[in-house]
Amino acid sequence: MSNYVLFFIIIIYLSLLFGIAFFAEKKSKSRWVNSPIIYALALAVYCTAWTYYGSIGIAATSGIDFLPIYLGPVIAAPLWILLLRKVIRISKQHKISSIADFISLRYGNHRFLGALVTVICLLGIIPYIALQLQAVSETFQILADDTSYVSKSIYDDSTLYIALILAVFATFFGTQSSDASVKHKGILVSVAFESVIKLIFFLCIGVYVTYVLFDGTEDIYTKMSQFSNFERLTTINGFESGFNWMYTILLSFMAIFLLPRQFQVSVVENVREKHLKTAIWLFPLYLLLFNIFVIFIAWGGNLAIGNPEQAEYYALLLPLQNNNTLLASLVFLGGFSAVISMVVVSTLALSTMLSNNLIIPYGFLDRFLKNHPDRNAKYIKNIRRISIFSIIILAYAFYVNFSYELSLYSIGLMAFVIIAQLAPSFFIGLFWNRGSSRATIIGIIAGFAVVFYTLILPFSIQALTGSDDFVEYGFYGISPLKPHALLGIDFLSPPAHAFFWSMLVNCLFYGLFSLLYKGNYRERNYAEMFIDSKNYNDLQDGALVWKGEAYVAEIKNVLNKFLGEERTNRALNLFFKKYNISPETQMADSRLINFSEKLLTGSIGSASAKILISSVVKEEEVSLVEVLKILEESKETIARNKLLREKSEELTKLTDKLSEANEELIQKDLQKDEFLDTVAHELKTPITGIRASTELLIEDAEMPKEIQAQFLSNMLQDSDRLSRLIQNILDFEKLSNGRSSLNFKKNNIRETIQKAIGGLRQIASKKNIKIISSNTSDVFAVYDEDKIWQVLTNLISNAIKYCKDGNGIIIVDYKYEKGFLEVTINDNGTGIPEADMPFIFDKFFQSKNQNIIKPQGSGLGLAISKQIISKHKGSIWAKNNKKNGVTFGFYLPFK
Amino acid sequence: MKKKIVIVDDEPNIVMTLEYTFKKNNFEVYIARDGSEALDILKSIIPDVIMLDVMMPKVDGYQTLKAIKENKALANTKVVFITAKNKASDIEKGLKLGADKYLTKPFSIKQIVSEINELIA
Repeated sequence: MSNYVLFFIIIIYLSLLFGIAFFAEKKSKSRWVNSPIIYALALAVYCTAWTYYGSIGIAATSGIDFLPIYLGPVIAAPLWILLLRKVIRISKQHKISSIADFISLRYGNHRFLGALVTVICLLGIIPYIALQLQAVSETFQILADDTSYVSKSIYDDSTLYIALILAVFATFFGTQSSDASVKHKGILVSVAFESVIKLIFFLCIGVYVTYVLFDGTEDIYTKMSQFSNFERLTTINGFESGFNWMYTILLSFMAIFLLPRQFQVSVVENVREKHLKTAIWLFPLYLLLFNIFVIFIAWGGNLAIGNPEQAEYYALLLPLQNNNTLLASLVFLGGFSAVISMVVVSTLALSTMLSNNLIIPYGFLDRFLKNHPDRNAKYIKNIRRISIFSIIILAYAFYVNFSYELSLYSIGLMAFVIIAQLAPSFFIGLFWNRGSSRATIIGIIAGFAVVFYTLILPFSIQALTGSDDFVEYGFYGISPLKPHALLGIDFLSPPAHAFFWSMLVNCLFYGLFSLLYKGNYRERNYAEMFIDSKNYNDLQDGALVWKGEAYVAEIKNVLNKFLGEERTNRALNLFFKKYNISPETQMADSRLINFSEKLLTGSIGSASAKILISSVVKEEEVSLVEVLKILEESKETIARNKLLREKSEELTKLTDKLSEANEELIQKDLQKDEFLDTVAHELKTPITGIRASTELLIEDAEMPKEIQAQFLSNMLQDSDRLSRLIQNILDFEKLSNGRSSLNFKKNNIRETIQKAIGGLRQIASKKNIKIISSNTSDVFAVYDEDKIWQVLTNLISNAIKYCKDGNGIIIVDYKYEKGFLEVTINDNGTGIPEADMPFIFDKFFQSKNQNIIKPQGSGLGLAISKQIISKHKGSIWAKNNKKNGVTFGFYLPFK
Repeated sequence: MKKKIVIVDDEPNIVMTLEYTFKKNNFEVYIARDGSEALDILKSIIPDVIMLDVMMPKVDGYQTLKAIKENKALANTKVVFITAKNKASDIEKGLKLGADKYLTKPFSIKQIVSEINELIA
């Protein structure tokens, strides 16, 4: 393929990325752009050209040693929820935009510390970016068949132009707002897209090598196992190598939190905390998929090409060797994607640090105070833009000068070890409130010095002079000072060795100096806020302890310079409203100071924010004891408020319950009233009949004999009704108040039914109604026979009442089923209107569809029956028959 | 001409005593066992008095009274509630609906007769 075609492909691909980023910025509110999948995929910015090409190189020469770099993040994944959530929470609250800001804020807005972290990151990452550029350049050359052509000056080196396009991309989408804590959704989405591209193309080449060039994994394995070094390639080689593994895993574990690009994606660009829940499984899965074919591509390359010098590019060389240019181009694009995402996100993160923690706090603050707000915003953006270009050009320069000595793997690990120097201040600082800024600075510098001596210096000497003497014999030939074997520890690989010693020194100094020198009150204040982030989230702006004199107008003046008048006023109004402070207030309190610092942090970094605000306020020293006391007090207030709130909620609940109970009582009372009314009404009816008849019999001497007889018989009937009613009411009351105890005994239901029928036979035969009970089986169940008899009598006499004279048939049956005894009473009478069905078991409910003559019931029969059955823990039911009549039935549990 | 009375009640024993009494007092007596039967009867005759129980199946006394009040032909017909409901609120409700008298059960025959006669005199 010619240079130009390849370059053309690259331009097309970059335009596509521009398009995607542009589209995402435009749709920045859409659910799709803010999805947790995008977040998890963007985390895969971790996989750079090192992963894409470098792992294969390692796998080809040293076997499975490429793995621990991916095991660290996988092991760390469950911890994210714990650690990263806390970091994200703190960062959101303080509008933190980089790891330098995070660390400097934790140690009290320390300006020098922020700058130091920035420098460490630059030192670690610029060579790493250079490495990515080199990967692009080398793969470009491999793919371009035009091997005779070698760029003679940087002006015709395509890598330079690619680097510049990347800088433009990062500038365009990274500096749209002067506030760096604003999310860069365009970049995030394009990174997620690149993650997908690099994974798919890498899997393609994996499948191609394993299943097209070879006959599957087993084929490669068998062929490989004939080589003498096979054993070494497939195992962790003994105890010493085990240490190397452990340190590398630990190293990558730290890197996943501390690498500026990872911090940028996982913390600054995080939209919602809960996205972590997706990332926790998707990201490890991604890493796993990425590593499946590494070993097979490497071995396939060893078998088919066999040139370990070129092992890193087996993925490209293998398809080229088989004249598959298309696949090679895809692999190239995958690798290119890995490079772009790494370079863009890293430069974005580094430029933020460079501007907010180095350039602005050390040079531009005075000028900012004099400038017009619009110009300030432009200034800040320009500083960041220049930073992005400088970083990329620096990286390019590094690549041009060191290119022949760079190996993807070694430079990558070197970057990790350098960045790991931030680990003690970052991780321990999150949980130990004594960690102080001075100790952090000493620890980082000392740790870096160790890394410099054990890793960077030997590497540089080797690169510049080509001599191995320094590594072989040590400083001035002193053997305990051999850079790769300090104090005789010679079994670790150089990066693991450097990591071990630098971490040891760093942690030791950090711990020791933190204990020796207490930090000042401000450091301690932030330490408390970081460590107990959950509590201080509640405290919000009140968590900063501050004493002194400050005027709102002057603070407003400073804010105006950076946010513009409109945004400042809006923010302050919100603040005043939130804390119920009059907008005319003249003196600022600690809450306003804290709030203002946060407002500025996104634009100019936390250290500069603090410096600017303190330039217009008169701050008084507060003793450490006082800080802790005030914090404790406000925490207590919050806790007390919370307790009060809980108590009041509890009270409200209780009140609700009370009024509910009251309501229920009233309801019961009403029911009782209604019951009594109905009882009175029911009692009065027969009495009325008796009284009127008696009066007539007494007064009317001329009354014919037969009418006299009628009235007398009516009186008898009414008296009977009255006494029945009274009995029923008493029964019902006793049952519903639980005063009537049941006499449980084992009885034969057949006999009980026979007894009940026996008592009703006479009435039935008067109406010419047949009662049939042909079931002869004995079923014994435990129940109160008198009560069940009463139920049966009720139900059967109801049936008699509603049956027509002459052809009435009542069938009583029973059966044993599923632990229940079921008794049914079926008649062929008038049935019950469906509308009445739900009410028939209510007391005093009498169906409206009654016979012409009012049935002489008390209105309590079914209600009593229901009570009795439920006392037996059974249930009673009724349903109309399909043809005519109704079936009543009840279940009794079979004890 | 004989006075006409419609007795609306679902208790046959009570109805029997009233029927006997008013027949003896020279009334033309019509019996209905609930509101809907009463309204049927009222389609063909215009009585002087209607005696109305309140608690009855199907159409109760209140509903019946409302229907009577809507019927212009019955404008001169007196309506007397005769019921066991004797709470002050019940009486008030009955009179508000437009009943001319409210008598409670149990009643004295003598008193009923004199109240009715007074009403239609």
